[in-house]
Amino acid sequence: MTVLVLAAGAGVIPAAPGPDTLREIPVVSSDASAFKFNLKADDVSNDGGGYLGLEWAVFPLDFGNLETFSGYRAFRADKRAGPYDSIGYTRPSGPQDSALSLTATYTDSTQDGKLFFYYVKAFGPGGEALSDTVGPAKSSAQWFHTGRLNFLLVAVLFGVLLIFYIERAKKGRMFVRRIAGLDAIEDAVGRATEMGRPILFSFGLSVLNDVTTMAALSIFGRVARKSAEYATPLLCPNSDPLVMTAARETAKQAYTEAGRPDLYNESNISFLTADQFGYAAGVDGMVMRDKPGAVFWQGYFYAEALILAETGHSVGAIQIAGTTSIEQLPFFVVACDYTLIGEEMFAASSYLNPEPQMMGSLKGEDFLKAVIMILLIVLALLGTVGVILSTAKGQSAPAQVFDKIVNWFQEV
Amino acid sequence: MKREVPLIITIVTGVVIVVTFVIPHSPFGTLQDRLMNWFIIVSGFTTLLGLDSLIQYHLRKIRDRRKESGYSVVLLLSFFITFALGIYSWIRFKSPLVPISPTGWIYSYMLLPLQGTMFALLAFFITSAAYRAFRIKSLESTLLLLTACLVMLARVPAGNWLWAQFAHLVGAVFHSVDGNALAQAPVLSEPTNWILSVPQMAAKRGITFGISLGYIAMSIRIILGIERTYLSS
Amino acid sequence: MKLLKWLASLDRRVIYVLVLIVTIIPLIWKSSPPIEISPEVQMAYNSLDKVPAGGIVMFSIDYDGASEAELQPMLMAMLRHCFARNVRVIMTAQWPLGMPLGQMALDSAAAEFDKVYGADYINVGYRPGGNALMVGLGKSGFRQYFLRDFRGMPIDSAPFMRTVHNYGQIDRLVGLEAGASGDLWVQYAGAQFGLRIILGVAGVMATSMYPYLDAKQIEGLVGGLRGAAEYETLISHPHRGIWGMNSQSYVHVLIVVLVILGNLTFYFERRAKKKGPGGRGQGIGVGGQAPGGPQTQNPA
Repeated sequence: MTVLVLAAGAGVIPAAPGPDTLREIPVVSSDASAFKFNLKADDVSNDGGGYLGLEWAVFPLDFGNLETFSGYRAFRADKRAGPYDSIGYTRPSGPQDSALSLTATYTDSTQDGKLFFYYVKAFGPGGEALSDTVGPAKSSAQWFHTGRLNFLLVAVLFGVLLIFYIERAKKGRMFVRRIAGLDAIEDAVGRATEMGRPILFSFGLSVLNDVTTMAALSIFGRVARKSAEYATPLLCPNSDPLVMTAARETAKQAYTEAGRPDLYNESNISFLTADQFGYAAGVDGMVMRDKPGAVFWQGYFYAEALILAETGHSVGAIQIAGTTSIEQLPFFVVACDYTLIGEEMFAASSYLNPEPQMMGSLKGEDFLKAVIMILLIVLALLGTVGVILSTAKGQSAPAQVFDKIVNWFQEV
Repeated sequence: MKREVPLIITIVTGVVIVVTFVIPHSPFGTLQDRLMNWFIIVSGFTTLLGLDSLIQYHLRKIRDRRKESGYSVVLLLSFFITFALGIYSWIRFKSPLVPISPTGWIYSYMLLPLQGTMFALLAFFITSAAYRAFRIKSLESTLLLLTACLVMLARVPAGNWLWAQFAHLVGAVFHSVDGNALAQAPVLSEPTNWILSVPQMAAKRGITFGISLGYIAMSIRIILGIERTYLSS
Repeated sequence: MKLLKWLASLDRRVIYVLVLIVTIIPLIWKSSPPIEISPEVQMAYNSLDKVPAGGIVMFSIDYDGASEAELQPMLMAMLRHCFARNVRVIMTAQWPLGMPLGQMALDSAAAEFDKVYGADYINVGYRPGGNALMVGLGKSGFRQYFLRDFRGMPIDSAPFMRTVHNYGQIDRLVGLEAGASGDLWVQYAGAQFGLRIILGVAGVMATSMYPYLDAKQIEGLVGGLRGAAEYETLISHPHRGIWGMNSQSYVHVLIVVLVILGNLTFYFERRAKKKGPGGRGQGIGVGGQAPGGPQTQNPA
């Protein structure tokens, strides 16, 4: 029987065994006779410390099948001579599966600054094979996440643009195109007043920590103010208690600013339920009973969007919707009279309250969007040209530049 | 102070979280998770706020004998009975959602059917919305109509069956056309896949870009204290 | 003209009754129409099929009763696929109200294949945490979050769980999504730890997941009841997915017919308005319309 004792590299015997069941059991495989694990132990980069990453080549017998190959076990010691302890197990990865890379990895939780030595054991029903011992390696924390440089640069760019346009806005009026849904707020409130029917405002399933809710609150403030001026009841059922509280504060302020604090009724801004369809049922019930003349669906909605909008339509209300939920936008577009699509909601506070800081941020956002659009067009052309010019021998220069830029944006 | 203190908290917290995103070293790296945990704990208590509002509203309705206050009685009774059964289920069965527990029964025979029913309303509402809204009034509405009908038919077996019948009819009328081959042609599926993966995806990504930038702009306004709608006067 | 007038002012309740009839009859009939398999469902099937016998697939139940009609058939089909191949199953949930649905599916599928709780599958239950939990399962390990299953039994009493420490021992994650948890799984567990993910999503969300499929961040996508029907076809076990597709088929055809009728009505009404002496058209659509008519705001 041909017996091959496998060790890492070219038959180098690893360091003294630890207390684990380490035995040099022969593994019969002529394919694996010259197998090199190429084990590496490095600090995990861009983290707060405490982790070392092990990486090694996938063993030749590893076809991802537990019946023929069991997996890998990692061992660690703080001295090269040992004793080594088993620190973890990784299942077979399977080189046949094209979705996988040709290396296996393991992340070890360690103490920063302390030196460690490692080796890896591949094992199966037929026996075991050991890698070289590597080390010393130590983990450490990094002060800067290099993978997030792209985020930092874009954030700084945005901040600079914002400040630039705010300063420019202070010097003169800036053009903003008409947003029909926001212009229609006053008409909608007026219509409800003429019909003698209340107004209903719903934030959907928004939560207060969502920026969409902030945008919806600014629209709500405007609606509340108009309701106060026209003395039209304003109903606002909520699915989140924090949003309800914020809405109450906003409405109270709006009524006070309109000079009608006496008309403010706290119980009109109530909590229904946090359950999605319980909320939808409750709001539908209010719509059917109270028959509002104007309905505002502003916030984040899920599947209940169409149910709400159709019910609003069935009572003949004028409906103004606004959401950042892309899946529900088509339903609102179909069922409502006006729809604020995505960022138009965020523009609401600037549109309704055109102070220089607000207008400046809107312009800064638009400029950044223009930069992104130009970048996308340039990259698309670069990538296309790169693919056309690339040959079987290798990537062309434009393709390489394209890949570098795309990878730089992908690292987070 | 009522406005200044929340503003200062917002500004400091916002700046800290942005900074910790690029500094993994402790204590910065874990600060974001820690603040999120604090938020989750605090927001759990706000449920009590909502409950208080709900109970007070319905109690007031019952006390004032307003219209349909009977339903308020039903709501409050349901709430307290479910709550009591939930506590009992925790004690007796170690979980309120074990099928043999009382709340498990409520879940299986009341909550599930009710949630399913509400979701099922969508089928009815989408039909009435489609009947009302899909009209050839302009180029955009015509495109909306055509793509909706195409995708609706392509995604179901009946659409393929209808196309097959049409193809065989064409084959029978125009003998030069092979009806069977025409029936096998991916006339519905290919354009649908193209619509879903190209223009639809492009539009979605475009809107997502806009929304993301809007999020960033709004967040910066909130962090810098420019946007103050969430604060009271 | 009378017919046109009737169609023009069609009561929405007539439409609702038509939808009801067209939905119920095929459910009673229960035939199995031919289902064309889409590439993304085939990819999901192939990926699960590659999991070796004895391998482990983790299911995350991220939906509740509202989406049960679409996602439960998908879950059942995938569980049948796993159990038929002797793949072990760990079930968890990001939505607490989804957990009982997951357990019902496990019990049903396990009974069909004589699988034993603890030996072949386990339900570790729901834990709050969202993305923090997803990252923690990879970094700190399973036992940081799950020491006991949803019944209170220690997870190590299940023999196969003793070898499960983190994502390194999980062959696939199948996320059944009605909300945003799918994005979190991909962004946190998939991107950070290389966990191989298959997503099953509600129909309306399916198109939002294609970017992940294109970027190879997920290995397959099963979308809506159609996706469930396709998966049932692949495992040759017609059930609620395929039966439900009948109803969905006929409702879609009904919608197209109604849209055509509605447009014919609209066309003839407009023609009559142009010809008639100053006659104003009646309200179009179902039960009248809001003043100013439904308007689609021009996004440009």
